[in-house]
Amino acid sequence: MGAAVLLGCAAIALGPAAALLLLTVAAEPLLLVLLVAGAFFWLLSLLAASLLWSVWVRLSGREDAALLPLGAAGAVLLQELCRKADEGLATLSEDGRSPISLRRMAYVSGLSFGIISGVFSITNILADSVGPGTVGIHGDSQYYFITSAFLTMALVLLHTFWGIIFFDACERRRAGGLGLVVGSHLLTSGLTFLNPWYEASLGPIFILTLCTGLWAFSTAGGSFRNVLKCLSCKGVSRSLRARPCSTRRCRCLRRGEGAMAPQLGTPAKAFTPTAPGEFVSVQFLGAFGV
Amino acid sequence: MTELSAHLPQFQHGQLTENFPDTHLSNTNDNSERRRHDNSERRRNDNAESETNGQPQSNVQQVVEQDEEEDEELTLKYGAKHVIMLFVPVTLCMVVVVATIKSVSFYTRKDGQLIYTPFTEDTETVGQRALNSILNAAIMISVIIVMTILLVVLYKYRCYKVIHGWLIISSLLLLFFFSFIYLGEVFKTYNVAMDYITVALMIWNFGVVGMICIHWKGPLRLQQAYLIMISALMALVFIKYLPEWTAWLILAVISVYDLIAVLCPKGPLRMLVETAQERNETLFPALIYSSTMIWLVNMAEEDPEAQRKSKNSTSDKQAPASRTQNEDAEADDGGFSQEWQQQRDNRIGPIESTPESRAAVQALPSNSQTSEDPEERGVKLGLGDFIFYSVLVGKASATASGDWNTTLACFVAILIGLCLTLLLLAIFKKALPALPISITFGLVFYFATDNLVQPFMDQLAFHQFYI
Repeated sequence: MGAAVLLGCAAIALGPAAALLLLTVAAEPLLLVLLVAGAFFWLLSLLAASLLWSVWVRLSGREDAALLPLGAAGAVLLQELCRKADEGLATLSEDGRSPISLRRMAYVSGLSFGIISGVFSITNILADSVGPGTVGIHGDSQYYFITSAFLTMALVLLHTFWGIIFFDACERRRAGGLGLVVGSHLLTSGLTFLNPWYEASLGPIFILTLCTGLWAFSTAGGSFRNVLKCLSCKGVSRSLRARPCSTRRCRCLRRGEGAMAPQLGTPAKAFTPTAPGEFVSVQFLGAFGV
Repeated sequence: MTELSAHLPQFQHGQLTENFPDTHLSNTNDNSERRRHDNSERRRNDNAESETNGQPQSNVQQVVEQDEEEDEELTLKYGAKHVIMLFVPVTLCMVVVVATIKSVSFYTRKDGQLIYTPFTEDTETVGQRALNSILNAAIMISVIIVMTILLVVLYKYRCYKVIHGWLIISSLLLLFFFSFIYLGEVFKTYNVAMDYITVALMIWNFGVVGMICIHWKGPLRLQQAYLIMISALMALVFIKYLPEWTAWLILAVISVYDLIAVLCPKGPLRMLVETAQERNETLFPALIYSSTMIWLVNMAEEDPEAQRKSKNSTSDKQAPASRTQNEDAEADDGGFSQEWQQQRDNRIGPIESTPESRAAVQALPSNSQTSEDPEERGVKLGLGDFIFYSVLVGKASATASGDWNTTLACFVAILIGLCLTLLLLAIFKKALPALPISITFGLVFYFATDNLVQPFMDQLAFHQFYI
């Protein structure tokens, strides 16, 4: 049973992240480098947060878990600070000449934060789940592993969405967006304090994930109509009609010769597409960071 | 056994180099400069023309700028590609080491120490332990320095046979003896019954193919795989036989030594690289991991004296990546059979390529090369760097209380250090030490994660809080 739990929880927690990684990031060396850089920033934030927490514990002299909420809040704030630093680095390195758009970098930054935080949360738990042992032998919840896996998955996705929203808010200088990202991160962390009352923590967190995902999608320029158009593969531009669309997936809609690359630094809605199909593909793919 | 095993790393902790620009290969900056030069020449010509044709000059300028932008783009893209070309083998080596440490208990069991670290760390007081570990590290580093200087002296005085013999003995030891022990321990861990005949056959094949790939010629991927495997084996030996504090001290001191040896004008490793460059030779293939085939355009040298010399020196020219062999160009027909040559003679007349004609062809401006140069050029990393990165991550996974968190943090730290080193390499374009930045980050993250982050994450995981 140990190996089954290990594989199952690993797939739940890190499956979406691995899929996103393999499909969108693995082929591009630059994005992989950005991924590792983002992970490094997150680690720095964690280091600072742990330092702060140890100092607090040492100063207050208490060993119990009363200081943990404070420590977690500090960790959240430091993570967002490091996300800002990562955004600064991305904006610095992008400067109009790199082959990767800022939106893609936002996606990769969010994904990197998600992957490293997910991996840090779940790996020790997975290593323990191989066994031998009994879950919840002292009266704790029996669903520890599976709920941890689901929480980790939610967190990975949330970090990805937050990255997109955060970069966009920084670009457009909207403090509201920044505040909402920080607020929802604090809310998520706070909801986990309700564990093991999983109905109150897991449910709202997943609803939050869904809402944040929709918000990120619309921030990146997607809309319901785009999704419909993409799914029905309609509006293929003239330059692409020569090549038959072999699958129904949007990957077949690539930017044709005549497409304008979205101007870096301007919101995606502002650029005029050459054909509806181009617009759809770029927006759809752009929303998901491809 | 222990004597020779320690010989290997002294001259392996090396430097990070790019394929150096020689007369015919050039690296990215030169490419872009040449292109810019060509473009500016074109622009001058166009300007001269425009006076007669009355054409606007602005679009020509746009073309020039666009080319410059494309150059920058290409530099960034190929820079990242080179970074990934090194990330993958370093990651693979670390994964092999960590997987072995986690599963095979032999490499975490204390079975004595090397003769280079004679002082034990099982002392009563902390002060005594610190003193012993400092002495151990000092002895080890002095041994490494002596070996490196010996290697450089041998190389300078062209004692290639001695160096080659030394390298062959070390590779033999690693490929046969250490891998035999490794295989034995893996079988013991998984309780696999195995007979000596099968093991002998497996080790014989593994070892012989390894020797051929590393010291002679072989498929690039196979050579890279063997280099990764021997680095992992060496790292495992270090992890097993170096006591804790000694290991951390050695890592710290060796990155300082690497910095000095590669950057100081009289540093041994810098002299080694410069001498190799002067003589237009590649460094020993058994010590350097190269990420691509080295398409050395000037291997067919026009200098007959160099050709004769290279026939005598068996080690250096036989970089397994080189395709055109000048030392046996005269010996064999290069794969062209007699009938083919006759056919060719019938068609275009008896033409033989002589060194002079080859030189004349190569002297032609080769603008077409610049487009595939960034892809063909690779980046090289010394095997010692692989070994010490893996030692750091392996020790972190073996002894850390934070377990996987510490291992992952050290892994990310080393990759970021490697990335920064490659960035510096792209800026400075000379041999750089690959150890200092990565090992510093790795050590900082190891101690910080183990002592600060681990209790924090532990408490959070205990209550199932997420940050």
